[in-house]
Amino acid sequence: MNTSSSLVYLIALPLIGAVTLLLGGRRTDKWGHLLATALSGGSFVVGLYQLNEMLGRATEDRAVTQKLFNWISVGDFNVDASLLLDQLSICFVLLITGVGTLIHIYSISYMAHDENRRRFFAYLNLFIASMLLLVLGDSYLNLYVGWEGVGLASYLLIGFWNQKPAYATASKKAFVMNRVGDMGLSFAIMIAFATLGTTSFAGVEEQAHHASEAALTAIGIMLVIAAAGKSAQFPLQAWLGDAMAGPTPVSALIHAATMVTAGVYLIIRSNFIFEAAPSAQLVVVIVGAITLLFGALIGTAKDDIKKALAASTMSQIGYMILASGLGPVGYVYAIMHLLTHGFFKASMFLGAGSVMHGMNDEVNMRKYGNLRKFMPITFITFGLGYLAIIGVPPFAGFYSKDGIIETAFNAGGFKGYLLGGITLLGAAITAFYMTRLMVLTFTSKARWDDDAHPHESPALMLIPIAILSIGSVASGFLFKQGDALKNWLKPVFGEHGDHHEEHLFEPIVVSAMALTAVVIGVSIALKKYQFTEVAKVAPENVSIFTRMARKDLGQDAFNEAVFMRPGQAITELAEKVDVKVIDGAVHGVGRMAIGSGSALRKTQSGFARSYAALILVGTIVLLAGIWVVTQ
Amino acid sequence: MNPYNYLYLAGILFTIGAVGVVVRRNAIVVFMCVELMLNAANLAFVTFSRINGTLDGQVTAFFTMVVAACEVVVGLAIIVTIYRSRRSASVDDASLLKR
Repeated sequence: MNTSSSLVYLIALPLIGAVTLLLGGRRTDKWGHLLATALSGGSFVVGLYQLNEMLGRATEDRAVTQKLFNWISVGDFNVDASLLLDQLSICFVLLITGVGTLIHIYSISYMAHDENRRRFFAYLNLFIASMLLLVLGDSYLNLYVGWEGVGLASYLLIGFWNQKPAYATASKKAFVMNRVGDMGLSFAIMIAFATLGTTSFAGVEEQAHHASEAALTAIGIMLVIAAAGKSAQFPLQAWLGDAMAGPTPVSALIHAATMVTAGVYLIIRSNFIFEAAPSAQLVVVIVGAITLLFGALIGTAKDDIKKALAASTMSQIGYMILASGLGPVGYVYAIMHLLTHGFFKASMFLGAGSVMHGMNDEVNMRKYGNLRKFMPITFITFGLGYLAIIGVPPFAGFYSKDGIIETAFNAGGFKGYLLGGITLLGAAITAFYMTRLMVLTFTSKARWDDDAHPHESPALMLIPIAILSIGSVASGFLFKQGDALKNWLKPVFGEHGDHHEEHLFEPIVVSAMALTAVVIGVSIALKKYQFTEVAKVAPENVSIFTRMARKDLGQDAFNEAVFMRPGQAITELAEKVDVKVIDGAVHGVGRMAIGSGSALRKTQSGFARSYAALILVGTIVLLAGIWVVTQ
Repeated sequence: MNPYNYLYLAGILFTIGAVGVVVRRNAIVVFMCVELMLNAANLAFVTFSRINGTLDGQVTAFFTMVVAACEVVVGLAIIVTIYRSRRSASVDDASLLKR
């Protein structure tokens, strides 16, 4: 395999930025954001250079590695800190650095009035570096370092405005729920090392044929838990909605475009494990299917624009996870949807940030309305992202989501019909809640608060949105054109790539069904919100389904009842045991010493003669004892 | 003469000294009784030296004498000082160390 000495710069540049800004402190306030943006952009340039190099090589030796140093060397166990850049990771590298740089530029303006802007940029750079390490690591252990790094950056950025206790709680919630997933990843690594004796991707792939299916299933299920934690998938999805407490660029970069897709990357990177463990693969599909409906249903009832988008993210990642459980064809569509989603969701999140910017940081969509007149550019870019996500041809989401729906139908038999039905239903609900969001925000009658003076955002914010919305228009077509992405990714999935495709329906039939679903969703939303008066305050007398969806389908209540309360009970029990038993024993020893001391103190009369008498008696007893024993 | 008689004498002297230490209150008398015990021990050392035909016991007796001399100096000084401050030489009066 080829080696390259410049891979490390991808990670090093943003890492240098993070270190400089964090250690430099207030001195770097004036130019810190520019440095961070430049370094992120530099990383993107290195990524482009690598892509160029990669295109210059033959298909089979496009992957390059770079060994940085020998990390762990204990007996037979050797782990190098090495980077691997192949056709899969380059997609992520360009997405992360490209979208990341645009969001850096956007944040310069968005965070201009925040006195901690430098710290914000330091965390953003830290995130970029960690995320790149995640996708470039050549072993599960290297990936794990990046995995934890992005978790840390996510925690720091969700709680960036931690002067508000609710935001600090949200960041803690995200961190704790991520820990559950991280535990899955560390178990997967341990099982892989125990059964296969290696943690590198290449090594595990090689050894996977010799391992028992039970071991591979265990690794696979642990990896699904890890992916569920990081990608906000069922059952670890509850943190994503609260994660919207972070500044909007963070929601766009970390909680829409990149970090939350790390779970998809993990599953697709481990495709050799899931191919050999069908039950684990089935779990992937089930998790994806549940989450795509779960997120979509939550999205229909949210009035907070960012939370509605977060629910949509959850649902779209559900599509990706579902696809990544459907074999090699699914992998390609999962990655394609991941990339197109990265464009349109980031563009819409930044658009939401632009709307909030013009509306005094109001997030309640019921207090928006008719903003297309006042924010024409935001409206157009948001509209392009909207057309992309609901899957209108020829926008990006059409190609990727259509591919997933088609692959789901092709899964075969009852499973195929069920999954296809779920994905179609999901598409209809997506169209409904996204139309609702569009209508409430941009096209319905104005329902602003009195002090709202909506205005268009500055160019520095609009340019990144515009670039991203170009991506959300064109990327799907480019990826699909001549199966470009499929052929590009084929070497990563090995021989499985030439899987024979069986069509349940002709592609055009699937597209027609998907478009019908979209039209149904859109028309219901238009009827309910565009052509009906929208209440400024969310109505109370709504159906049980709406109430459930408003409460996130009871995810928090469930977690509270099943995990938090029993956990608290165990903690209280442990505290009681600590106080009564352990402290009791320690205090008992102390009290015993005090008691025996005060009893013995009475013999200390201070009379020299009684001491002398005691010594005498003691000596006599001792001598008598010795005499008795030696006789 | 049977050397064991000296041991009996040493035992009697030691007992007299020990009883004196326990029963008498006057510090000077107690002190003299302590000396009596020391000398009883010396007598026993010398006697054992004689019985065993080695010089170890006699050497030890000399050491004891030297230490006893030092002890007398320090002890008497303490007794005199206590008498000066408390106008009493009773060992039972000097029981301040109990607390």
